[in-house]
Amino acid sequence: MPSITFISSSGEARTVDATNGSTVMETALQNGIPEIEAECGGACSCATCHVYVDAEWTEKVGGPSPMEEDMLDFAFEVKPESRLSCQIKVSDTLDGLKVHTPARQG
Amino acid sequence: MTETIKTDAVIIGAGPCGLFAVFELGLLDIKAHVVDILDKVGGQCAELYPEKPIYDIPGLPEVTGQQLTENLMAQIKPFEPTFHLSEMIESLEKLPDGSFRLGTNAGTVFETKVVIIAAGGGSFQPKKPPISNVDEYEGQSVFYAVRKMEAFRGRDILVAGGGDSALDWLLNLQPLANSMTIVHRRDDFRAAPDSVNKMRALVAEGKVNLVIGQIGELKGPGGKLEAAAVKLPDGTVSEIKCDALLPFFGLTMKLGPLAEWGINLEQNLIPVDTEKFETSEPGIYAIGDINTYPGKLKLILSGFHEAALMAQSAIRRINPDKKVVFQYTTSSTNLQKKLGVA
Ligand SMILES: Cc1cc2nc3c(=O)[nH]c(=O)nc-3n(C[C@H](O)[C@H](O)[C@H](O)COP(=O)(O)OP(=O)(O)OC[C@H]3O[C@@H](n4cnc5c(N)ncnc54)[C@H](O)[C@@H]3O)c2cc1C
Ligand code: FES
Repeated sequence: MPSITFISSSGEARTVDATNGSTVMETALQNGIPEIEAECGGACSCATCHVYVDAEWTEKVGGPSPMEEDMLDFAFEVKPESRLSCQIKVSDTLDGLKVHTPARQG
Repeated sequence: MTETIKTDAVIIGAGPCGLFAVFELGLLDIKAHVVDILDKVGGQCAELYPEKPIYDIPGLPEVTGQQLTENLMAQIKPFEPTFHLSEMIESLEKLPDGSFRLGTNAGTVFETKVVIIAAGGGSFQPKKPPISNVDEYEGQSVFYAVRKMEAFRGRDILVAGGGDSALDWLLNLQPLANSMTIVHRRDDFRAAPDSVNKMRALVAEGKVNLVIGQIGELKGPGGKLEAAAVKLPDGTVSEIKCDALLPFFGLTMKLGPLAEWGINLEQNLIPVDTEKFETSEPGIYAIGDINTYPGKLKLILSGFHEAALMAQSAIRRINPDKKVVFQYTTSSTNLQKKLGVA
């Protein structure tokens, strides 16, 4: 079972188990991770599930699709490693993934 | 002061459940006014997922958020509801005769016998940029919507964002402005291509200043904006002179003013009974995503059921002498007349 570590804006890390095929956003909600709101439930239409992929993982996770890139316009303090966590699917290759959550989603 | 609208029912929220409440109330001859802060009806279905299919609406194997909204609008048309869009209900108070007075942020005042709160996940409100002191500037120098274009004449305007709202207002306000700058995080705009082309033409003519970056800090004393610091992609900061900032970063659902109306709340939801879907205040009902009760499911179909039972109670309050007879739309000529099909 892959694990994912969420690091909050204040630096607190929480490692949780994730299920292959689910999204990083769903994993966050199931585990009560703060700083992920996911208002649209994963429809890529709210940008309140914004995360920063840790530098070690950006390559494996890859970049956003054009639709996601558009939606990132509605997020704040967007960085090159920004992703919408509802658009990242969990798989064995992402075992150990680290993402940072922003202080504010909207 | 605008005239007070006197009515039987005011529905707060034009999401699927608020719309269907018009139908259920209408069958009982109750006319409703519907208020929503969005400029369109449909709530989450229209704002968050208009093109996504929904598979669990009974009798409709597959329907998109937008189609469902359109179907509901067709279904409630015979009841001629009055819509007040782009208006938020801000205040709700009880009057001595047991009715309620509601006020919107646009100055509309209602006096109504019953109130139906169908506020869903809360009112859709503009996202505020994460600038620590943005509150100080709101209303004076920072605006999330344009109510009167004239108020922007001769100003140095900074628009932030890359979507349709940002570009529409840039194009509308540019002729009035003393100067117009747009700041966006990338040199790609999701807005309609036609608007983007017009904006690029104005940039080429030197009439609009395009800055790629993200707003950092606002400068100026006492809420009077003088400049905005913009973080550029290379990490440096550029200061842009402006006295009006219009940030357009989409919408987010906030509980909003209903927390201050004196009805009981439980974790930002309104507890109701499951017979009438009434709140702690008799005459105020809550249906759809905003309410909670044992076993509540935040589904559209639950909200539809809640609307039907709510209406049965509302009619008894609005017109206590009226005898309510249970009827089917299939066979009741009376109901069919109301629907305009008999
Ligand atoms: C991506 C996604 C997929 C979904 N899929 C399904 C599905 O397949 N099946 C299903 O049954 N449900 C689904 N849902 C849930 C469904 O959309 C909600 O249950 C439904 O929208 C609730 O309807 P509502 O009328 O209660 O509230 P909403 O749709 O939230 O509408 C409430 C409206 O009230 C307005 N409002 C609130 N406060 C005020 C105020 N003070 N003044 C003025 N206006 C106000 C808001 O602006 C909003 O427009 C989905 C939701 C999402 C986000
Ligand atoms: S949950 Fe809304 S964009 Fe990801």
